[in-house]
Amino acid sequence: MRRLFDYYLTNMRISIQEQFQYRASNYFFMIGMIAEPVIYLVVWTTLAENQGGVIGGYTAGSIAAYYIVWTLVRNMNLGQSPFGWERRIQHGRLGMELMRPLHPVHGDISFFAGWKMVMILMWLPLAAALVLIFKPTLNPTWLQIVVFAIAIWGAYLIRALSLALLGMISFWTTRVSAIYNLFFALELILSGRLVPMTFMPLWVQKAAYFFPFQSSFYFPINALVGQPTPIELFSGLLFQLFWIAGGVLLLNVVWHFGIRRFSSVGN
Amino acid sequence: MSAIISVDKLSKHYKVPVREAGLKASFKSLFKRQVNIVKAVDEISFSIEPGEVVGFLGPNGAGKTTTLKMLSGLLYPTSGAVSVLDYEPSKRKAVFLQQITLVMGNRSQLSWDLPALDSFELQRAIYQIPADQFKKTRDEFIELLELQDKIKKPVRNLSLGERMKVEFVAALLHRPKVLFLDEPTIGLDVTMQRRIRFFISEYNHRFGATVLLTSHYMADVEALCKRVIVIHNGKLLFDGQLSALVDQFSAFKTIHVTTSGFASWSQYGQVLDQDAGHVSLRVPREKTAEITSRILNEQAVEDLTVDAPPIEDVIDKVFSQKKAEDKAA
Repeated sequence: MRRLFDYYLTNMRISIQEQFQYRASNYFFMIGMIAEPVIYLVVWTTLAENQGGVIGGYTAGSIAAYYIVWTLVRNMNLGQSPFGWERRIQHGRLGMELMRPLHPVHGDISFFAGWKMVMILMWLPLAAALVLIFKPTLNPTWLQIVVFAIAIWGAYLIRALSLALLGMISFWTTRVSAIYNLFFALELILSGRLVPMTFMPLWVQKAAYFFPFQSSFYFPINALVGQPTPIELFSGLLFQLFWIAGGVLLLNVVWHFGIRRFSSVGN
Repeated sequence: MSAIISVDKLSKHYKVPVREAGLKASFKSLFKRQVNIVKAVDEISFSIEPGEVVGFLGPNGAGKTTTLKMLSGLLYPTSGAVSVLDYEPSKRKAVFLQQITLVMGNRSQLSWDLPALDSFELQRAIYQIPADQFKKTRDEFIELLELQDKIKKPVRNLSLGERMKVEFVAALLHRPKVLFLDEPTIGLDVTMQRRIRFFISEYNHRFGATVLLTSHYMADVEALCKRVIVIHNGKLLFDGQLSALVDQFSAFKTIHVTTSGFASWSQYGQVLDQDAGHVSLRVPREKTAEITSRILNEQAVEDLTVDAPPIEDVIDKVFSQKKAEDKAA
């Protein structure tokens, strides 16, 4: 465990140094990423104002808070994309990583954890600008803040494991974009990324419980922005733990069979 | 002494889909897929003792890299048994991976944007190298490869040769007991090749490491390997001393004579080259001693040397001979 901790810290440091080399590119990436929630924010704030100030239990101020926190959560749950996995398998980078006495997933998780440190630093002035423009309503309790701080890392682990599992499909087939797109479409609807889950029909909200998506989006955002009870907060964390454990288990099974198919031809 | 690498009837077969060109064939393949079995490695057996430096030779596509990948645990064998350091490589146990390294001339494990020193630090964390051992080994290697002024530059700013040297430092920082080197000097100039060869040799002497090396540069093989294993079309052709390979596959030697006299040199053998005072003759290997003695007795010789043919020619002969045999079969 100590060994893993040392590796995570070192790789995070390396990642932070690399990201500083590409600060301009990272900033443009961040601005591009913030465009998505700003569109949602403008649309839903307008709708809320037209419907007497409240929609789906959210006021214009709490919608603003939802999407501003969204930008941080979105930053947090970015990880090695399945396309990255596809490339590393096809271009032979995986071969070099397999020579290390550590699972490549550790490399991805620690690297993107370091990347987030830089991105959060860059996010702060943008978040401040969004706060000034959209005037969010945000009054979290200390418990909400603590749960949020834990939940964003849980969200990251859930999404990192999901993306890795998705990427490992490349062990079996090289044309996997269609499967990825299906995953991202489901995620968009069932995670709270498009709209808060309470905006969705009841059956969608119920269906969402069978997928890990809302544990990596809606739960951490709502933990800070909404008015969840302490029981809801703790059960949300337990759900995250469940998905992380399930993800680790599934990843080991898929890896066990997938790696046997790794041909590493010509690499 | 027990073998550190032991390979018994090792095979790796790939299923490769094939079809004719055109729409009709494409449609047909939807229902009936034709598959060819490619035997990349076919029942090869050998063993390597601790501390040996062995050259693994063969033309492109012979199965060298596939074998190295199976030995290092990157590929699962189709059949046969492999043992490296008493571990089954395909199980990829951490304790096994901590004792080996694979250096590929066309692959990098360094962080492109950062100075090599940072990549070394990452290697320390990956292999959990104790701090004092890490520092000592790193500094030793940096000195040995004369990298003092290179390690603080981003890797992307290094030349190919400098990058390869840095790659070697990173790959050997954990002092692996077994080195799999796949074309480590590919694309490097002669000076850089020599430097890398010297480094491999030094590492082998200092740490008693076992080295299995593939290279198309015969100078690498001649400088480092007493023993060679030759593979062709996935099958083992030769396993023995490099000198024995030369003896077995080279029927001729070359005699170079410096003389002050005039003579008909074709009576001694095939004249390869002749100019004022110098002549080169190709003679049957078993008659070399006899012909040398005749020349010394019969001619005004100032100097005489006997050369074995270049190793490239010998290897080329091995493969052409095998190709001819395969064709005949």
